[in-house]
Order: sequence, then structure tokens, then C-alpha cells
Amino acid sequence: MAVAEGIFSYRLVQHEDYEMATKSLKARHNELAESNKQLDILNGGIFATGELPFFKDKIDAIGQFPLRPKKLEILQINVGYMCNQVCEHCHVDAGPDRKEIMTRETMSQCLDVIRNTGAHTLDLTGGAPEMNPDFRWFVEEAAKAGIKDFIVRSNLTIIRANKKYYDLPEFFKKHNVHVISSMPHYTRGKTDKQRGDGVFDKSIKALQELNAVGYGLPNSALRLDLVYNPSGAFLPGDQMAMEKDFKKALKEDFDIVFHNLFAITNLPIARFLDYLIASENYEDYMYALVEAYNPAAVENVMCTNTISISWDGWLYDCDFNQMLGLKVASKVKHIKDYNEELLSNRDIIISQHCYGCTAGAGSSCQGTVA
Amino acid sequence: MANSYYDSADLRKFGKITEWSEELGTKFFDYYGKVFEEGALSAREKSLIALAVSHVVKCPYCIDAYTKDGLQKGITKEEMMEAVHAGAAIESGATLVHGVQMMNKYDKLSM
Repeated sequence: MAVAEGIFSYRLVQHEDYEMATKSLKARHNELAESNKQLDILNGGIFATGELPFFKDKIDAIGQFPLRPKKLEILQINVGYMCNQVCEHCHVDAGPDRKEIMTRETMSQCLDVIRNTGAHTLDLTGGAPEMNPDFRWFVEEAAKAGIKDFIVRSNLTIIRANKKYYDLPEFFKKHNVHVISSMPHYTRGKTDKQRGDGVFDKSIKALQELNAVGYGLPNSALRLDLVYNPSGAFLPGDQMAMEKDFKKALKEDFDIVFHNLFAITNLPIARFLDYLIASENYEDYMYALVEAYNPAAVENVMCTNTISISWDGWLYDCDFNQMLGLKVASKVKHIKDYNEELLSNRDIIISQHCYGCTAGAGSSCQGTVA
Repeated sequence: MANSYYDSADLRKFGKITEWSEELGTKFFDYYGKVFEEGALSAREKSLIALAVSHVVKCPYCIDAYTKDGLQKGITKEEMMEAVHAGAAIESGATLVHGVQMMNKYDKLSM
């Protein structure tokens, strides 16, 4: 569907009609819902035969193995896998049928960490983080900790999904939240009309509402950044050029402004891996990632400055390792035992999915790194 | 040997042509890379030109490569198809303009 339908492969799921929705891999009992099955694939095939080099060997050649963390800058907290969308590329395998939601108890443990961390950025993600019933309480409490950059990754359509979310732009503004939203593409007038009242229209409306309260305006302190990631088996283009195209089209067609565009590479795990295999693109995609390997990007991969925390409080090197079930290689593995000094003294766990973060200009939750 | 003249997996081996002629191969890829850089024409515009030409020269490798390149650059399928038509129109025009030669010859030979 992604390929046939083109740029917009997002499927919007209404809360009320789960039946019509695409289900998560987990709900479909797909074997890829098992993270070790995914690791078998990433370690096998063209890597096991030596056709392509292991990531370990590539970074060993530049003296970066084992990969070690630098100063912790970003705490990324995944408050749950529930989402109103079921995006085909989703590495979280999020969806309305996912019930993994962070409890207030775990949130309290996170708050203790947020109040004491040396990190300057707090990054809330999901699923749709707003769907966690304690989301607003958590944001209010976390905002009090006075962390410098407080990010919420919002999928935009959630703001229009239900009346109870309509005031989110005001809520974000009140707590000086930095909004980072996924926006798979801009489309011009004609295409948009054919698609009707889908994800695109809802996203456009949400962006206009964010603009209306001051988000994304030039020189505004209310930061609004967009995330672009390819809807298919190809790598993102040049981030600057894409940003230019997005800005021009969104301004001309919808009078929307935003600050920066982050071009993010899809990593071959979860639903995106399932898509790559089903569409017979897996090998070509891995070739493309390995060919685009950029040693300069290794230096700043996000796992070197980020800790990822799952809905149930476990600690990971990144959101991707979280989805693969690869907990940090440290004595400290859970938020309840959090110790920044101990954590900073660990080896980062890698596999072949890591090529996704070192391709071209590199890729991270903050866009390119090289 | 493969039993087909074209194998899509050969595209990713393209770089290997340098192994049998280092100097010429390298010169070609340097030139190629330079041509598609941002210049008086944007990299995006050049990608669409390359896609149109790929169809005119009927190179399956090039079509695969520049469809993917277009997707990476955020080029829409409508833009891609218009580029292909631009190439096709020139190609059919090149055929049809020879119709004038046919008409000239016909007239010359006819009483």
C-alpha cells in the first residue's frame, strides 16, 4: 500500500472503529513482534554470509568499537505504545491495540531522575504520548523541573482526533513545550483534494492551530520542528533541501510556518522491517544503508548522548534498542536504580540496524548528525 | 552465467567497473557526481531530467536509480510522470518530424 499509494502511507485510525484499522504486528501475532526474531534477521542473511560487513567491524576500523557514551544530554522517555495511528514504517509497532502505558508510579520515578539529571533535554515520545491518561500531569510536573529543552513528539493528528485533545496547542504553550511533529510530506492543492479528510488534512489543521498560538513563527520561543521520514524503502534526501521544499510548499499552500525539518532514516526494525521483507526490499535497503555509511556520523550517533526509558521503566541506549528488547549493558538497568555515573560507564549495544543512524549525513531524533 | 541480460542486483555493482580501469572509472564517477550536484539547476531538477532521459535511453538500471532518487528528494509521482512524458514527447516528436522527410521524398518522386 505504501508504494502504490505513494507519499502518504499513514493510515489514520479512528478510536471508534478499530476494526477498520491496520493492527500492530503484536496484535497480528506476527513473528516479527518477537524482538529476538528481528535480531536473527539483522545478524543473519547477507551479513552472516559476509556479503555485507557487520556494523561492529565497520566501527572497529575507525577505533569506535566498543561504542561508548559521551556526556548525557538527552533523556528520552517513551510513555506508552498506544497511538491513534498505525503507520506502516513505525519502529515502535504502535497502535490503538497496544496497551503498554507508563503508570504514574513509573512517571514519579522518572520525575526524580529529571530533577537530578545533568541532561539538558527531556524528550517525551510514544505511541502518541498524549494518549497516556497521566500525560498532562506528567508534563506539568516535569515542566517544573526547569529542564532547558522540553520536547513532546506529537503526531499532529492526535490534536484533531478527539475534542479532549483540541486544547493541546494551548497546553503545550503554557508549559513551554518544544513540539516536534511528524509530517511525512507536503502535497500541493490537487493531490490533497483527492485524498479527502485524512491524515494530511488533520495534520495541516493541527499545524495551523499551533501557528495560531505562536508555535513555529519566526523568532518565536515556542519551537515547532517537523520530522520527515521516507514513506518507503529509500533513504531521506538532503535535510536542508527538504526543509526548503517543505517550507515553501506549506507556506504557499497553507500559510504554515515552522522552524526546522529533521530528516530521519527509517531503521530496519519492527513494522518497517516487516514491510522491507514483504516487499522484497530488505537486501537492497541494507545495501543502501551500508553504502551510505559515513564514519563521521558515528562520532555523534544519538546513543552517545541519550538514554531511552521505556513505559515500564527499563533503560536502553536508544528507542530502537528498546524495541529490540536490548537493555543497557550496565548494572543499572531500571529507572528505580538510576545512576548517571554508573550508566555513563557502559558499552553501547549495537547490531546491523545501527547502519540506519550512520547513513549519509547520519540520523537521530534531532535529525542529521554529521 | 545469469540467464538474463539484466539483473537488478547488478546496479549496486556499478562501482566495480573501476576495478578493471581505475583511471577511466574514477574519472567517470567524479564527473558523474559533479554533474548532479546543486548548480545553476537544482539537484531536484537534474534528478527529473535524469529520469526522463533514463526512459528515453530505456535503461532499466537508470529508471530504478532515478525513481528512487526522486523519492529521496521528495519528488511526487505526478512530477515524475510529467518528466517521463516530456522525454516521450521529444522521442515521438523525433520520429514524427521525420515525417516531413517522407513527405518531401513522396512529393519529389510523384508526378
